[in-house]
Amino acid sequence: MIDIIQLVIIGIIVGSIVGLGAMGLTLSYGVMKFANFAHGDSMALGMFLAFIVVGDLGWAGGNIGRLSFGWGMIPAIALAMAGVAMLNVGADLTIYRRLRSRGAGIIAMAIASLGLGIMVRAVVQMIWGSAPQRYATGINPALTLPGDLKVKPDQFFIVGLTLVVAFGLYLLLYRTQLGKAMRATSDNPELAEIAGIDTQRIRLSTWAISGALTALAGVMLAIQAQLRFNAGFEFLLPLFAATILGGIGNPWGALLGGLIVGVTQEVSTEWIDPGLKPGVPFVLLILILLVRPRGIFGSSV
Amino acid sequence: MNPLLEATEVSTGYGELEIVHGVSVDVDQGELVTIIGPNGAGKSTLLKAIAGVLPKFSGTVTFDGRDVTPLSAPKMVAAGASFVPQTDNVFPSLSIRENLEMGGYQRVSGVSDRVAEVLAMFPELERRPGEQASNLSGGQRQALAIGRALMLDPRLLMLDEPTAALSPVMREEIFDRIEEIRSRGVAVLMVEQNAKEALARSDRGYVLVAGEAVLEQAGREMLDNPDVGRLFLGLEAAESAS
Repeated sequence: MIDIIQLVIIGIIVGSIVGLGAMGLTLSYGVMKFANFAHGDSMALGMFLAFIVVGDLGWAGGNIGRLSFGWGMIPAIALAMAGVAMLNVGADLTIYRRLRSRGAGIIAMAIASLGLGIMVRAVVQMIWGSAPQRYATGINPALTLPGDLKVKPDQFFIVGLTLVVAFGLYLLLYRTQLGKAMRATSDNPELAEIAGIDTQRIRLSTWAISGALTALAGVMLAIQAQLRFNAGFEFLLPLFAATILGGIGNPWGALLGGLIVGVTQEVSTEWIDPGLKPGVPFVLLILILLVRPRGIFGSSV
Repeated sequence: MNPLLEATEVSTGYGELEIVHGVSVDVDQGELVTIIGPNGAGKSTLLKAIAGVLPKFSGTVTFDGRDVTPLSAPKMVAAGASFVPQTDNVFPSLSIRENLEMGGYQRVSGVSDRVAEVLAMFPELERRPGEQASNLSGGQRQALAIGRALMLDPRLLMLDEPTAALSPVMREEIFDRIEEIRSRGVAVLMVEQNAKEALARSDRGYVLVAGEAVLEQAGREMLDNPDVGRLFLGLEAAESAS
């Protein structure tokens, strides 16, 4: 039983990272109406942009409590978020906007994003190489909870940050004019224009916010595991599983979808070979979509 | 005095297909003008082009003495000319209040005050401002769409078939609201299929047939015009059948 609880805890940690990534993915899908296949590779770019500060420049900073990383991670995350936000905005201005103005369908847009993802991955590999890296050397000793359950301080941080971000995203979407305009544009972009909303600006803002979330998810993934140029790409499938489970365009659903993906795949290793665990969320996904084709919560930002 | 809106020789359509061929329409300050015509005449297309939703192939549009021909929809709203499409005219996943807030997106301040003012004009919306728009009836949606268009205090309200698909009672209700809005000094340009009811309340009417304006007359005169009845034979037959 303790084994299962320990696996659920790991699942919640992995699921938080999936959820963080899926929130960004579902936000861009809701407004842009196409699946951004560059999302995973953008996560990898984010994790390595943070590495510039704490690794390449060596500004690790003093320790933050018992976390494995120091204060240098704050400017590192800021750089990562700004960098991926700019990548997304730049991609819209140079690629997606042109495709949109020519009436390209969602398939063309998604394939363009796939190409962009391959480019980003190649650039990351060229600059930082193929060998895995870590933000901090040494070990991050786990805390022992009652029942001999083990959780690392970093992992508390990841789950806590995910909850804070989810709440922040909720406030943005439901309490600010920008967020409401994003939901309006997601509902009906033509009507948004008629209502006086500059939808191109809303799209760019959405890309920027989605990019910042993507980078954050990438950094958390690297803190939990390690930095690899293809870590984000390999993360794409669980991200999509979480996004679809939660109902495309629904941030709360994305978080819950992420947790479901994380927990089911970790708990499954109690009975099946851990090498097979990435397939488990898909079995679940198929089962859920057979019952609820629009995901657990339905759709729309 | 110059008219508030003056559309001159406007041609427009979808893609390469021209549907409206050089039509001129004008609306004075505070005037209620209705465009009628058979299905497919290009009435809605013309309205969308004036509102900046569709591009104009040729012709000019001036609003309040200013050339607004190339303006996009958000800029037309900013200029003081709001548009309400016939269908899909509310944001379904947003609440009533949020729909109105989106209409006031360009307001720098006073959004919540204006929401309260607009809600006060529509008691059926004021009762439950937190209701999601997808749960509203057809008439309530139309009221919300018109309310949204009033958020920026427009000088001209353009309505595309505001009473389409509504019950006769709701139709009267919406027409009453439109007259009330006009009485507050807002000019109204609307496209209507319910020609008789609309013309009875209009200062002037235009008849559009096959993408061309064939007649312009005062609303009540147009009602008594035998030519209008003839032009609408198809429509009248359809109405009596429904």
